[in-house]
Amino acid sequence: MPANRFNNFTNYGIGIGLRAPHYDHILTRKPVVDWFEIISENFMIGGGRPLHILDQILEQYKVVQHGVSMYFGSAGRPDREHLKKLKDLVKRTKTPWLSDHLCWGSVDGRYTHDLLPMPYTFEAARKTAQKVREVRDYLEVPVAVENVSSYAEFHVSEMTEWEFLNEVVERADCGILLDVNNIYVSSRNHNFDPMTYINSVPAERVAQIHIAGHSKFEKYILDTHDHAVIDPVWKLYERAIERAGRTATLLEWDDSIPSFQEVHDEALKAKRFLGEKKLGVAV
Amino acid sequence: MKLASLQQAVARAVMQPLTRSEGMQRVAPGGGSMKRYAARYIKPNDRLTSFERLEIYNRQYWWRVLGSMAEDFPGLRAVLGERRFADLCRAYLTDCPSRSFTLRNLGARLEGWLRRNPRWIRGKKELALDMARIEWADIDAFDGAAEPVLQVEELEGTPVGKLKLRLQPYVQLLELHYPVDDLLLQVRKDEEHGADFASNAIVEHRKRAKVKAVTGLKSEKIFVVVHRVNFSVYFRRIDREEYAILTALRAGKPLGAAIEPAFRASKVPETERGEYIRHCFQTWAALGWFCQPQRRTNPETQNKKR
Repeated sequence: MPANRFNNFTNYGIGIGLRAPHYDHILTRKPVVDWFEIISENFMIGGGRPLHILDQILEQYKVVQHGVSMYFGSAGRPDREHLKKLKDLVKRTKTPWLSDHLCWGSVDGRYTHDLLPMPYTFEAARKTAQKVREVRDYLEVPVAVENVSSYAEFHVSEMTEWEFLNEVVERADCGILLDVNNIYVSSRNHNFDPMTYINSVPAERVAQIHIAGHSKFEKYILDTHDHAVIDPVWKLYERAIERAGRTATLLEWDDSIPSFQEVHDEALKAKRFLGEKKLGVAV
Repeated sequence: MKLASLQQAVARAVMQPLTRSEGMQRVAPGGGSMKRYAARYIKPNDRLTSFERLEIYNRQYWWRVLGSMAEDFPGLRAVLGERRFADLCRAYLTDCPSRSFTLRNLGARLEGWLRRNPRWIRGKKELALDMARIEWADIDAFDGAAEPVLQVEELEGTPVGKLKLRLQPYVQLLELHYPVDDLLLQVRKDEEHGADFASNAIVEHRKRAKVKAVTGLKSEKIFVVVHRVNFSVYFRRIDREEYAILTALRAGKPLGAAIEPAFRASKVPETERGEYIRHCFQTWAALGWFCQPQRRTNPETQNKKR
């Protein structure tokens, strides 16, 4: 049963990111997987093998789109060509919802191809929410914004990251893709309690959860998506599920990608937190 | 501070080239101290200064875009060597930062930029340009659009001379000065094998073989179609006459106007030209290179829809 209008896909279960090294395994072995998340930009192309693969996947699996370059937080207007291509893909995949990051990354038509952190200001929240609405209205599909990992904070910030997230999603009236690994990474880089973040998010807006691994350096943690999920991140996940209820969950593994089975097994560890007893009401 | 101004200032620093030792420059965009520039916008924490925090993003940006260029242009890297290729990419990306939402288009302006800035390929200009062109054509052929393939019955009723044939958007036509098609295939093969070996001796041997392959390459005019069959990209060498016909068709010329000039100064004897042309068109059609004619929209219908 859908929990609410944002967390509308409680039966989606546990998915993994669709990545090229696994194509052959998926298409030949046809493993049972609840759903795949695709990086939209990889398929916003004219044709060829990537779209051929995608069409085969779509015949057999549920697919959800996740973007990396909409840059809801960039001060400029959305790129019309980008939106048009994204809408074409939305029609192809029939994604039930679409996510991208709460960040910026393009300025005056130049792209950094990075997920740069927002200044947590009311002006930024207002402009970002406006863009989320614009994109959602054009694409005609529910949108969820994802919290990013960050390594820097701005002097101009007027609130915490979670207050900013809440401000944006309330103004935009959109969902949240809650990345619990990103919360952990940022909490270590900026010295805050990640549980405070998890407990401050409006649980009724959590449409999807990301889990992932990261890399630890001497003075900071980098969100590398190249390791298994660590226990402190699972604890955050457990708490997020306690608050939001059964939620579509996805493991990201983007670098040093191991076998399909290893990635899928890691993702399925989330099952132990999705038992009925664990599920509660948002508190 | 306004959002737009902050983002412009930070993006300038993030996209400023790294130093030789892959650190952030000490001089800020527009001059002055980068330490002060970073401190103006970024909070320090108990482990990292403002400069160090901004440097993380500066490094990530350059490592990502340089990595993407290296992945897309391994042939050009082999032609120029690691160091020259890296210098060239830094200069190119400084002049032509990405203007697309996808990294796939990062090298789209490389050929034009190299023609305007030949000093980066001095001594190997034609070879490097040829390689950059075939590598970009490879990207376009891999995921370019494919339209419905032309069916013979769609041509019925049109006089042959006035017939206009459209090439598939993914089909790329190249006139080259060096046999870079073979060289690129060899470079890729070496890289695939190289990844399987950990031994330094083997890696060094392969490096020397690659250098030898590049330095030993003789100039040779070739005509290549970069296309795809069953979603894999192929390089198909064609004759000068074939290239001339296909190029004219791509430019929108009718069949008659495309064929006749192609045989000026041709070595194909006049008596064999009919059979030659028939064979060419059979092959191209079998490869699916022609797509259906564009349907003209009826302005009256469009007006009614409005």
